[in-house]
Amino acid sequence: MSTETKTPVRKESRSVGEMLKGLVRQQMFIPVAALLALVLFNLIADPSFFAIKLGTNSAGDPVLTGYLITILDNASELVILAIGMTLVTAASGGQDISVGATIAIAGSVMLRVLCGANASSTMQAPIWVAFLICCVVSMLFGAFNGVLVAYLKIQPMVATLILFTAGRSIAAWINNNQLPIISDPVFSYAGTFIPGCPVPTPIFIAIACVAVIFLVLKFTNLGLYTQAVGINAQSSRLNGINPEKIKFLAYVILGLCVAVAGYIKVSRFSTINYSVVAKDIEMDAILAVALGGNALGGGKFNMAASILGAYVIQFLTTTLFKFNVNSSALPAYKAVVVIILVVMSAPAVKAKLGSLRKKNGSAKPAKEAA
Amino acid sequence: MQEGAVLELRGISKFFPGVKALQNVDFTLRAGEVHALMGENGAGKSTLIKCLTGVYPKDEGEIYMAGHDKAVNIRSPQDAQNIGISTVYQEITLCPNLTVAENMYIGRTKGSVTHWKQMNRGAEKILSELGIPAAPGQQLSSCSIAVQQMVAIARAVDMDCKVLILDEPTSSLDESEVAKLFNLMRDLKARGVGIIFVTHFLDQVYEISDRITVLRDGQLVGEYVIEDMPRVQLVSKMLGKELGDISGIKEQSDASVDMGSVPVLEAEQLASTAGIKPFDFSIHKGEVNGFTGLLGSGRSECVRAIFGADRTVGGTIKMNGKPVKIRKPLDAMKNGIGYLPEDRKLDGIVGDLSVRDNIILALQVMKGFFKPFSRAQAEAFADEYIKLLEIKTASSDTPINSLSGGNQQKCIVARWLLTNPVYLILDEPTRGIDVGTKTEIQKLVLQLAGEGKSVTFISSETDEMLNTCSRLVVMRDRKVVGELKGADLNQDMIMATIAGGEAQ
Repeated sequence: MSTETKTPVRKESRSVGEMLKGLVRQQMFIPVAALLALVLFNLIADPSFFAIKLGTNSAGDPVLTGYLITILDNASELVILAIGMTLVTAASGGQDISVGATIAIAGSVMLRVLCGANASSTMQAPIWVAFLICCVVSMLFGAFNGVLVAYLKIQPMVATLILFTAGRSIAAWINNNQLPIISDPVFSYAGTFIPGCPVPTPIFIAIACVAVIFLVLKFTNLGLYTQAVGINAQSSRLNGINPEKIKFLAYVILGLCVAVAGYIKVSRFSTINYSVVAKDIEMDAILAVALGGNALGGGKFNMAASILGAYVIQFLTTTLFKFNVNSSALPAYKAVVVIILVVMSAPAVKAKLGSLRKKNGSAKPAKEAA
Repeated sequence: MQEGAVLELRGISKFFPGVKALQNVDFTLRAGEVHALMGENGAGKSTLIKCLTGVYPKDEGEIYMAGHDKAVNIRSPQDAQNIGISTVYQEITLCPNLTVAENMYIGRTKGSVTHWKQMNRGAEKILSELGIPAAPGQQLSSCSIAVQQMVAIARAVDMDCKVLILDEPTSSLDESEVAKLFNLMRDLKARGVGIIFVTHFLDQVYEISDRITVLRDGQLVGEYVIEDMPRVQLVSKMLGKELGDISGIKEQSDASVDMGSVPVLEAEQLASTAGIKPFDFSIHKGEVNGFTGLLGSGRSECVRAIFGADRTVGGTIKMNGKPVKIRKPLDAMKNGIGYLPEDRKLDGIVGDLSVRDNIILALQVMKGFFKPFSRAQAEAFADEYIKLLEIKTASSDTPINSLSGGNQQKCIVARWLLTNPVYLILDEPTRGIDVGTKTEIQKLVLQLAGEGKSVTFISSETDEMLNTCSRLVVMRDRKVVGELKGADLNQDMIMATIAGGEAQ
């Protein structure tokens, strides 16, 4: 949780080495360090990476452009998913690998409601109605995963494998395998720009979602219960918590996150491609949680670190695109960086780094004495 | 090295962030002796053992073994095993989903080929030699905790060790099993094995040990030959203070119980899925009573049924004369019942969470999902109980699993005290805890009773029950077989009732 990351006030007299050691121990260290490294790399390679320009789009509205804007914009879905994935990971000690497929379902449901049975390009229903139905359907699919994991005690990865496999077919089936296109520009506002506002809308949606989850964590016991259940379900139960309910709830919340991400996805293109939309996003979402230093085996979690992790992943992806890495080669490059980050955040490596620093620290005074 | 010594530790120190767990500790073990290592919670017993067995790297000091010229370097439990140091830990560290035989041979087979037949035959031989009721092919988790413990010991015994470390081996064994273990220890002694015996049971120390080394606050207090060391003196050495007189307090509290009044809690024909026979039970305001019986007799299952921890399949519960429905723990909590479970590690603590979160957990759950305590409020609660129960922790932010066992237990006690229950169930609150804390907990129980709370106190140590309880429910084979009070409340009568012959 966010409150856990605050550095306790310590005495000024601590040596630099000790401070560094304390810093390395912080859960936020890895994502922050990774972000700084990426920023530094881009600064050296091409400072223009950070340029933000005010231009106009095809409709003549003012829009901000630049790689930073692209990162913030494109990371939105991932950030929203990382929120739910963090809770699912913490509560159930496993991950939901069906989020990409259920995004396809969510998007398909939206289009189905908006376009009606004959896939007409004019909207047949208000967007908010479509979104509401999309939320309900996504939460139902989340609940399906939740029941399998929480009540039938199936391993999360196996349980969610069902929708991972079937999800995109279900999405296609919802629209009779047609690809409805919506021509009304209002629909595209959520995925692109609202006329007059130069900042891409997904950025605001992501910020809103982050704000909501932090308010929920602050004003409810979701954080405490989720962590307690993830660490020790048996003792949580003896303290009056219903572990099954909490796990179930986590999957339903992730379902809601999927609905929002699905809305953004279909709004970006005003249409959907069932087999490509949000492809492999589940792996990025899981990676965001891991990058945030959260144990994938469940238990304690740090929401802020997961969210930062999501932005770091998008930063990395965009940086690779900028340097003209072929999109088919992208995963390989990404994997290299991921290996470095994950190895760095492994407890064994952290301990080793800590002890190295300690040795350096104790060697210094000896030199001074000599 | 000294004459006859198999193991010598010199000037061992170990530091954890903010804590000096061990400071310059010496320890000598001679061949063919049982050497008790004693001290309060957090005295450094477990840390010393872990340094010796390579679980923790030691920060200072040397370890010498007979047969090695120089100080030995133990970097991992595997190293320790190889030079002949075997350990059976307090908490069982075997693999529950492997078979008994696999557990006994895991990590010890040579080469990449396992001879299953040979392994099972070897296991069978040792198990029958030691009289352990387990089959080699049986999955370990299907054995009782006591048998699992004995398998762990059998494993160590089978490794031809020169030094055998038993860290609280008896805390989950009943008396006949303890006797078996002691026979085995005497047998090993005769073969020249040095045994380090860590325990909190004074009786057992005096029954089996030759020497005692006492630690306090990470420092060596001294090494003593058992004959020269009266119990009282040993206890005061461990505590560094005198023990309070507990029986005096009991007399006072006994008088205030009005047995004619409506009971605080009354259970009739209660039965649960855990397989206990339907039983009746009642407790009055200000009363301390207990369940007693051998291991597995169903005493824990009784209180779990009352608390709703196991699903009840029949019977009724009345509180203050009114029927209440207790289907799950939260129902019991809302009716003012608190329950400290028997297995601290599995059912009690929430490992990675802070001491603070662990203390406020039950009260927080009762308050509700949408009403979290403010950080300041939670901190105030935690600090209050850390001070009240003298919990040794760096701060309320420290994860509870970095505390010693006794201090973890105090946190769980604090958790339930914070909910201000009318009826508190303490199932083995003193297991694996040092004498000082044991006494403190017993005093606390009597104090709570004095304040008008009702307490059920369960302990494997009959002494403790006699000290605190005014009424004992005796169980055998998952069935209540008697109830003892007043003049009947003594060791002999309890034994007789447990052994057979209904107590009426």
